[in-house]
Amino acid sequence: MAVVLLEAKGVSKSFPGVKALDKVDLVIHEGEVHGLIGENGAGKSTIIKILAGVYTPDEGSITFQGENLGAGNIENMLNRGISIIYQELCLVPYLKVYENIMLGNEPCKRGIYSAKEAKRRAAQIVEKIGIDLPLEAETGKLDIAVQQMVEIAKALSRNSKLIIMDEPTSSLTNREVEKLYKIIENLKKQNISVLFVSHKLEEIQEICDRITVFRDGQFIETRDTKGLSRDEMVYSMVGREITNYYTTTHVPTKEKILEVRNLGKKGMLRNVSFELYKGEVLGFAGLIGAGRSEMAQILFGLYTSDEGEILVNGKKRVFHNPSEAVNAGIAMVPENRKEQGIIPQMGVGYNITLSVLKQFIKYARVNKNREKSIIDKYFTSLRIKASSSEQIISNLSGGNQQKAIFGRWLATNPQILILDEPTRGIDIGAKTEIYSIIDELAKQGVAIIMISSELPEVMNTSDRIVVMKHGTVSATLNKEDFSQEKIMHNSL
Amino acid sequence: MTEKNLINRTVKPGADYVRRNSGILIGLLVMVIIVSLISDNFLKTSNILNVFRQISTNAFLAFGMTFVILTGGIDLSVGSVLAFSGVFTAYALANWQLPLWVVIGVALFLSVAVGIFNGAVSAITGIAPFVVTLSTQTIFQGVAKLISNGMPIRVTEQTLVQIGTGYVGPIALPIIYTIAIMFICFLLLNKTKFGRNVYAIGGNRMAAKFAGIKMIRTEVIVYAISGFLSGAAGIVLAGRLSAGSPNTGDGYELDAIAAVVLGGASFTGGVGTIGGTLLGVIVIGVLNNGLNMLNVSSFWQYVAKGIVIFLAVLADVIRKKNQEKKKIKIQLEKKG
Repeated sequence: MAVVLLEAKGVSKSFPGVKALDKVDLVIHEGEVHGLIGENGAGKSTIIKILAGVYTPDEGSITFQGENLGAGNIENMLNRGISIIYQELCLVPYLKVYENIMLGNEPCKRGIYSAKEAKRRAAQIVEKIGIDLPLEAETGKLDIAVQQMVEIAKALSRNSKLIIMDEPTSSLTNREVEKLYKIIENLKKQNISVLFVSHKLEEIQEICDRITVFRDGQFIETRDTKGLSRDEMVYSMVGREITNYYTTTHVPTKEKILEVRNLGKKGMLRNVSFELYKGEVLGFAGLIGAGRSEMAQILFGLYTSDEGEILVNGKKRVFHNPSEAVNAGIAMVPENRKEQGIIPQMGVGYNITLSVLKQFIKYARVNKNREKSIIDKYFTSLRIKASSSEQIISNLSGGNQQKAIFGRWLATNPQILILDEPTRGIDIGAKTEIYSIIDELAKQGVAIIMISSELPEVMNTSDRIVVMKHGTVSATLNKEDFSQEKIMHNSL
Repeated sequence: MTEKNLINRTVKPGADYVRRNSGILIGLLVMVIIVSLISDNFLKTSNILNVFRQISTNAFLAFGMTFVILTGGIDLSVGSVLAFSGVFTAYALANWQLPLWVVIGVALFLSVAVGIFNGAVSAITGIAPFVVTLSTQTIFQGVAKLISNGMPIRVTEQTLVQIGTGYVGPIALPIIYTIAIMFICFLLLNKTKFGRNVYAIGGNRMAAKFAGIKMIRTEVIVYAISGFLSGAAGIVLAGRLSAGSPNTGDGYELDAIAAVVLGGASFTGGVGTIGGTLLGVIVIGVLNNGLNMLNVSSFWQYVAKGIVIFLAVLADVIRKKNQEKKKIKIQLEKKG
């Protein structure tokens, strides 16, 4: 019989205007991997933050190892044995890797901090979980994936009984995900429990023993993962059946709009060539750091290339900054919505019109009607759910924020739209909407570059796929040649 | 990689110090060479000791400011607290029949209290430290003037004068204080949990909070240190000048901030060292002294100082950008 490690009963939490959690239950056994799923806004982050001691619940009880857990004290939770790997990396960029691993847990002898001891303990942890980390390196200079591993090591430095992982794989490549699975298996053997929060249902199926589903702040069910199908999970999460994840009604033309020849930039990219046609969705697959985002950033004028050429509509172009690229009909929805996309404290409408201000502002005169018509157009066509165009964008779900960023770029009437991980951190319902928007745009003749690390996604939305590796193109696949094996083979 | 060679890859501290501060060290060297070529007196021991005595006030303030800037904050009140503490000490000695150590104790206590207020208000309410310390700066400028009626108060207490002007052998006492304080600050920052926390808070607030670091306590201590050192500087300066003047300290916060930034600290927090700040303080001191030696008018000195600070920071930014380009690529894989 399984031993209960954590039991949350009837936990509620409200914020001004929203009931984030409404009497939810959560029971985690010792040594189990427990999946927590639900769409954005389902209350997953809220319960995690309660268990982390960041929030205090309004009502309900939480027991941990049979004792009342208490609330609202981060240090207490860490001492009790609950560690969290947050979705947004929580590392200090200037500190060395071992210093981050021991952050807040620094070994001291009679008040004197011992760097040597910290290093020794960090090395032990790293050894124990079988990952190789450069302990002396400055953390901020490492790849995101490596930083994610640092984050995991940090959580393990605390002798935790329960480790909560919030979307731990969102920045990992498949190979690193495998490694994470191994670490999790290892933890299980040591009778440590893992609460695994993820949008990727395949992952949940693969490693979780049981799952709990939240929807709109309410508890839906807890059940064994064994024998549970993906469709059942989706149904439980969204409360309705989604049959078509992907829509492909567009047909690419033969009209070439972009040609990239031997594009290169020192330390980033070398010898990249491809073509893009009107109405085509060209997928870009590869590992993180393979040069896909860098290629996109050069096309968008964020960097200037050292060699090679970019031809738009057969005309040679060099972009020194994004505004030149925008003028040439190129738009980009960036990878990192929070940092590169939204202006968080401003309204949705403001965010949509940011790139097209000159369409309705002349000197000091704002054409309110024109502004409103632009905003309305994308509110309707992209089905943005917000109380009004004045609503602060950071209060929207990730999916709706992303749609607003789409709107911002569609307003510039792009011929070429670059999408860098357009569905990252977005729930399933919104993902399918984004896929249909992409399809619709292609149908209207927009040429789309779709960078994605999720293989099913890139395979189902694209007409052709360019696979990149070590800063260069390793393969270009036609639709009939799409397979996970082929893409992985060319990525590694 | 085995556990052992991961640990043993250490750098010699001395070499590391030179490498980290190479930019400012070269700048300092160039300055010293230029001034010493033009003026024969510059490199005389007496002048060098004089420079070090002159910089001690700024060193006190800048060391405190280093803690504050490391957390991503700023303390504009240091100059006012310095003036307040000097005036208070002079006034108390002249008007109340209290022993010197009681007066000094109270002056330091009040200075620390201002720091605690600065830290607590910004940590608890989230009001930007710039605004909080701008308020206390203005308030204590006023308080110092109120106490003294706007005029300097003479210090006749000989022990206090000795504290400010005494010597051990050829070395002025303020130099010895500076060295002692630097040593303590270095230990605090590098050898205590508190010091690690200071770096973490400035480097990534969220990470620090989620790592269970006591944010409010740490920030209060940081501003209290700054307040304490400002107060101490005010007392020593009152002794040296034999007077507590409400107008000393005007603009001192800017010299302190400049020294910290020259020393390689990042304004957003998380980056900076006490050793770097010391170099920043020396650069400003040598610049002042050198320009005096070269008989440059004090008006031009401002212009020169501003240009040097700007160039130094610009050079630093360029150097860091170049470093970043050499992005480290590290392979995770090796074993299973």
